[in-house]
Amino acid sequence: MNMRVKGERAFKVVGTRPPRPDGVDKVIGRALYGADVSAPGMLTGHILRSPHAHAEIVSIDTSAAEALPGVKAVITSGDFGVPEDSALRDVQDHCMARGKVLYDGHAVAAVAATSPAVAKAALKLIKVEYRKLPHVTDVDEAMKPDAPVVQSGLVHETVAPGFSENVTSYCEFGHGDLEAGFAKADRIIERSFTTAATHQGYIEPHACLASMNADGKADLWCCTQGHYHVRAVCSAILGMEASQLKVTASEIGGGFGGKTTVFIEPVALALSRKSGRPVKMVMSRDEVFRATGPTVATSTDVKIGMTKDGRITAAEARLRYSGGAFPCGTVEMGAQAAFAPYDLDAVRTYGWNVLTNRPKEASYRAPGAPQAIYAVESVVDELCLELGLDPLDVRVKNAAQKGTLSSYGPTFDDIGLMATLEAAKAHPHWSAPLGPNQGRGFSAGFWFNFGGNTCVTLNINTDGTVSVTEGNPDIGGSRASISQMAAEELGVPYEKVRTVIGDTTSIGHSDITDGSRVTFAVGLATIKAARDAIQKMCSRVAQIWGIDEEAVVWEDGYVKPASPNAGDFKPMSIEEIAAISFQTGGPIAGHHEVNAEGAGVSFGVHIADVEVDPETGATKVLRYTVFQDAGKAVHPDYVEGQMQGGAAQGIGWALNEEYIYGEDGRLQNPGFLDYRVPVASDLPRIEPVILEIPNPGHPYGVRGVGETSIVPPLAALSNAVSRALGVRMTRLPMSPPTILKAVSAAGV
Amino acid sequence: MRYEKPESTAEAVRLLANEAGLARVLAGGTDLLVQMKSGMVEPDLVVDIKQIAGMRTVTPEAGGFRIGAAVSGAELGENAEVVAQWPGVVEGFNLIGSTQVQGRCTMAGNLCNASPAGDAVPSLVAANATARVAGPNGERDVTIEQIPVGPGRISLAKGEFITSIFLPARPARSSDAYLRFIPRTEMDIAVASAAVNLTLGEDGTVTAARVAVGAVAPTVRLVEPAAQALIGTKLDEDALAALAAACSAAANPINDKRGTIEYRTHVVGVLAKRAALIAYERAGGRK
Amino acid sequence: MKSIHVAATINGDPAEFVCEPQETLLDVLRNRLGLTGVKEGCGTGDCGACSVTVNGRLVCSCLVLGGEVQGAEIGTIEGMADADRLHPLQQSFIDNAALQCGVCTPGILVAAEALLKKNPDPTETEIRYWLAGNLCRCTGYDKIVQAVQDAAQQMRGA
Repeated sequence: MNMRVKGERAFKVVGTRPPRPDGVDKVIGRALYGADVSAPGMLTGHILRSPHAHAEIVSIDTSAAEALPGVKAVITSGDFGVPEDSALRDVQDHCMARGKVLYDGHAVAAVAATSPAVAKAALKLIKVEYRKLPHVTDVDEAMKPDAPVVQSGLVHETVAPGFSENVTSYCEFGHGDLEAGFAKADRIIERSFTTAATHQGYIEPHACLASMNADGKADLWCCTQGHYHVRAVCSAILGMEASQLKVTASEIGGGFGGKTTVFIEPVALALSRKSGRPVKMVMSRDEVFRATGPTVATSTDVKIGMTKDGRITAAEARLRYSGGAFPCGTVEMGAQAAFAPYDLDAVRTYGWNVLTNRPKEASYRAPGAPQAIYAVESVVDELCLELGLDPLDVRVKNAAQKGTLSSYGPTFDDIGLMATLEAAKAHPHWSAPLGPNQGRGFSAGFWFNFGGNTCVTLNINTDGTVSVTEGNPDIGGSRASISQMAAEELGVPYEKVRTVIGDTTSIGHSDITDGSRVTFAVGLATIKAARDAIQKMCSRVAQIWGIDEEAVVWEDGYVKPASPNAGDFKPMSIEEIAAISFQTGGPIAGHHEVNAEGAGVSFGVHIADVEVDPETGATKVLRYTVFQDAGKAVHPDYVEGQMQGGAAQGIGWALNEEYIYGEDGRLQNPGFLDYRVPVASDLPRIEPVILEIPNPGHPYGVRGVGETSIVPPLAALSNAVSRALGVRMTRLPMSPPTILKAVSAAGV
Repeated sequence: MRYEKPESTAEAVRLLANEAGLARVLAGGTDLLVQMKSGMVEPDLVVDIKQIAGMRTVTPEAGGFRIGAAVSGAELGENAEVVAQWPGVVEGFNLIGSTQVQGRCTMAGNLCNASPAGDAVPSLVAANATARVAGPNGERDVTIEQIPVGPGRISLAKGEFITSIFLPARPARSSDAYLRFIPRTEMDIAVASAAVNLTLGEDGTVTAARVAVGAVAPTVRLVEPAAQALIGTKLDEDALAALAAACSAAANPINDKRGTIEYRTHVVGVLAKRAALIAYERAGGRK
Repeated sequence: MKSIHVAATINGDPAEFVCEPQETLLDVLRNRLGLTGVKEGCGTGDCGACSVTVNGRLVCSCLVLGGEVQGAEIGTIEGMADADRLHPLQQSFIDNAALQCGVCTPGILVAAEALLKKNPDPTETEIRYWLAGNLCRCTGYDKIVQAVQDAAQQMRGA
């Protein structure tokens, strides 16, 4: 179901649902992902990982491994330098432990060998002497002054005294007089919440093939969300000039933010450099869970005051996020996002980042926002229940709109929150009856959306067809939407356009595929590149006709005389212009390079119905509807796909997904058996409702859509379960034992 | 590692008995290959028993069925006679893993993996099934509950392996059912489980019962007091409450990543009640 | 470690390979026979990305030893289309936008084909349970279920 709100432009290609250009390759098994390529003489690289949560590396003896026939290289942190830049040092130390292992699964050494069997045998021959250190994996424990210190000397000056050194940074956002605001409230609720760390859970493990020659030139093939970033980081770690490292992004088997950094790529390059052979590395699923990805684990306090008629008078949140053993800024995103859906006179958020003995956090779809908004939306829901108010009406009453001073500083432009709320209110789901043990939950969600650095080259081929080269790995169908926007702007059929993702030598820097930026920023650059090509084609035709450039216009894929006064010329098509381009000045191409701004924030709201088995604590999701503002939905199928996929991930997060650490600080569930992502039979249909409130910052009104959808499910599910049980749930995941325990504690 | 696929039971026994290192039997491989992948088990010899006659067939015998040790879940699920007589056994077996895993996994393998949470085992115990074991000293029949002795440990001697599982004949008005609790709808290991096997009299009174529980003790347990709670009743509320209480009392679970002691102890009783009602209805009982 | 020589039929064609005894069918297909459409997502039978058929039976190729398939008929994603004519399921996945990253797609298509051979008219619930062993992290399964239903309907009509 699509609902057009305003600002119609008559699109011909944008808004349709053509087949994706990589579709056939992917359904016949021909698409090449990270692990799918080989090279002559290739070796296999494997990594030895720490069995301890926290330990000093006293010594590493690799001699026996090196002596094993078939082993061509063994490396440790000693094979890398020590970068001066602290962020780069963190990345490198995460790839290969230096001095200390900081979490279960931390890499300590790597081998390259002629076969996987030899590589595995070699790992067993590496002798590492550890001195175990006390560890801490819980965020609240890690903040206490006497907690084991994960890394020293990283505390930012913003942190007040009295905390453990693990607390590395502090942030604060908001405006207004909190005290006066709370004084006006009829009811104030203050609660604490926790969320477990979750993993992005992409199905393709990290994989790469590195080949470095004796002259220092190197090629790297890898699955990544950003091959320019991989080039920058790897060349810096390896001490190379960026120009000498060519990185090609493979097809990517899911990322969700988890493939925005490097793990094995510098290791594979170093092994290739040492062995003089190409080295392929593919992570096992166990390695993926233990050493990559997870989100922050969080602990949050929220206090909100409300009047009897549902106006929020003041709101406050304290967020404590742990992104593992290295500093991370995710808590700042959570602190900014927490109250974004509300128009508030008095609001404040405070955030602390905390080190723990866990792998370094990687972005996961709207990083930091789901946890914060979960806590806020839970308290809003509880206030609605206590005051007997309709939760949707309360959101409408307090909704951020155009002109609202947001809780994190900027004033909002055109935003779609009210439209999504109204659509939800009008949808039959909101008023459908519920049965016994069933509950309906509601939550709003928000994401900032980003633009960023982007390059596009658009070539008009001599037959009049169009080749677009861009630099952002396609993780959800973006090649189709980029082709659509090129076709739209040029007035040619979609089938005439082919979009490819260039390697790092074929087009200039493009930021990582993240922040829901690609359809917005690459689309914008593509439209501008098309306009650049159009301008050149107009110039060529003006030259052919012997008239001024101002006397020609571009219309529906043709160059035409601007008016009868310009002369009587037959309009020229792209095909005609391209066919004679060699005679008019040479090949025709459009370019655009930009640091795109104006991404336009994104709002969505979700409705979830659940049934809870009161005897077992099992939760079944009965019905789920997603309402989201897409700006202009370029390819509605893939917009819906983002809305459904994000909702499914959020449902998993709410119900069953979690990193479980034992007393020994080791991860207990590093596999898909006990890290429980939703399977097909766990989910109902997820109905997507696209709203289109054009983003003024994009020529077609496009907004990013990829991330907002994971934000509301946490609170939507928690509110639904809480209403079904009559007990307020305050921790995620709401696994069955957690639910039964909450029920028995409440004596219901 | 050596891989052998003998064509007779005798040869398989000889291979297993003569191996100086670690030998493992391969039927469906859905546990063995996972253990090999993780490095938990590094066998010197793998004996694939699927080429041996009878390993992949289901044969009627003495009113019951002899099920070859390598019959997969998918194959047994397609056997209408076994499904009709022993629906609880088949549904337990068919709950193991995914459709893909069902294409390979076996009851004998599930039994010999000796996980307390094996989904095929409680129903077999409740069914009073037996396993035929071949070994250097010939063949012997062993009750199912005698096979596992603890998590990951079985009572079979060196050179022995299970060649078939026998489901006995059963009286009229008999049926069984199996339920497990998992956090998702599929793909999980049981947090707690219960199998109930009932025979009813003509008036619907339970005349015989066997109840087994899984994932709540080091091995699957036959719960005699739970059966006694049902016999002589028509599964009234009191009988079901007594059944649940007996199952919870028999539980001696652990806290782990899949569930807590408190949770398992409670839920095993809930499952037993629900399974009993299903078995009762299947046996022709009317509530 | 003695290598094993195996002759089998793969996607209708005779194939021979030599593998190590502990090598899985998945490793053989990907690394020895170049059939990289068969994906490894976990190696433990929990994700279904490596789904193939062995003698018509749907299995995870990561849970089969290469040595076990002597004389067997193996079907992989590479054998699903008829030359340049896509299987109705393949076309339906494209038409329904049932893939985003596409890495789970080969396994899901092989599994769905096995389902429709056994049950040409499955309900939504039957599809969801049959495919429960095929993890997809991108789509929320919605469009996958729709694509299977559409293909099933088309195949019944054909």
